[in-house]
Amino acid sequence: MTGEWPLYEVFVRGKRGLNHVHVGSLRAADDDMALHNARDLYTRRNEGVSIWVVKAADIAASSPDEKDPFFAPSGDKVYRHPTFYDIPENVPHM
Amino acid sequence: MTATEPAPSEADSERHFERYFEDVIARDQRIEPRDWLPEAYRKTMIRQIAQHAHSEIIGMQPEGNWITRAPSLRRKAILLAKVQDEAGHGLYLYSAAETLGGDRDDLTEKLISGRQKYSSIFNYPTLSFADVGVIGWLVDGAAICNQVPLCRSSYGPYARAMIRICKEESFHQRQGYELLMTMMTGTEAQREMVQDAVNRYWWPSLMMFGPPDDDSPNTAQSMAWKIKRHTNDELRQRFVDMTVPQAEALGVTLPDPDLSWNADRGHYDFGAIDWDELKQVISGGGPCNTERVERRRAAHEDGAWVREAAAAHARKQQQRKEVAA
Ligand SMILES: [Fe+2]
Ligand SMILES: [Fe+2]
Repeated sequence: MTGEWPLYEVFVRGKRGLNHVHVGSLRAADDDMALHNARDLYTRRNEGVSIWVVKAADIAASSPDEKDPFFAPSGDKVYRHPTFYDIPENVPHM
Repeated sequence: MTATEPAPSEADSERHFERYFEDVIARDQRIEPRDWLPEAYRKTMIRQIAQHAHSEIIGMQPEGNWITRAPSLRRKAILLAKVQDEAGHGLYLYSAAETLGGDRDDLTEKLISGRQKYSSIFNYPTLSFADVGVIGWLVDGAAICNQVPLCRSSYGPYARAMIRICKEESFHQRQGYELLMTMMTGTEAQREMVQDAVNRYWWPSLMMFGPPDDDSPNTAQSMAWKIKRHTNDELRQRFVDMTVPQAEALGVTLPDPDLSWNADRGHYDFGAIDWDELKQVISGGGPCNTERVERRRAAHEDGAWVREAAAAHARKQQQRKEVAA
């Protein structure tokens, strides 16, 4: 039964210089098998130079709801963005 | 919120979530795992993804039939890679189904007990090596027609799986067409094999798009949810229009005397499809239904000891680690 095999989420670094990106999930008995299966499943055409696998049960996640108050703290802080500040046109390199 | 305001009732918050869901769809954004979903959307999506996954998995069999008899090492390596891709497609899709709470074991059980279906096309036999080429050209070609619009499906994990799949399908179609081109420049007997395979696979390929629009009751809801972007008949017409010039370039005849260019419509007209045949094949009466499902069941049952051994090994390793720690 794969039911005994935990669900792993798979993250692949496409090439050097890029972050690992979530690509999907798979079932495997242990970490080793998860890595091998991830290689066979998600990088058959050189799509990656590095793979992370992590048990889905070990991931803590925010709710994906965009209106979630979880993200409210950053909503009213426009002064965190460079466009908040008016700089005269004649000031160069800014 | 002030103390005098009543707490929102469950029905209120349900309505709030529903509005949010509809809003995401209206703005052409994606629904993501753990979003609130109407139960009907979840059920429809799990069933569609599962049936798609089953099709990829069962789809390995007709072509897998020729791996050991491929005529050259080059063709064997290509065919192996193609069949391995189809396994991959099945797994991307089961992975997407799991984000909706679908359980892989349960879905496999539904497939091998005949409670969930897969594409009718894989219930036809592969009688010669030309069938491998025709499947790549027509069957994967039809799959591409179906799947490209699904890359914009409203359910995010499904749409992303489709993008990955579509990239790989292009290899499938091209290797098939190239195989056929090679055979067409061969002997008369080889050309006849190609024509025979086209004759057998043309109509079943058109049936892959499903029943005609006036007999497809779920289409309207699926389009409203943006699970589906075009109707069955639209996609079928697109496939015919794309395929006719490819058949001409290859030098084969599509087995339809009514096939002709209609300048007024700007499309090819084509003959009537035998919908009784589709119904029969879908409901289990095709030439290979029993064989395909039995093969899948045998593979699943024969693999049980491997899955159990791997789980036992993992448990043991874990215990050892805990003792050492
Ligand atoms: Fe596929
Ligand atoms: Fe394919």
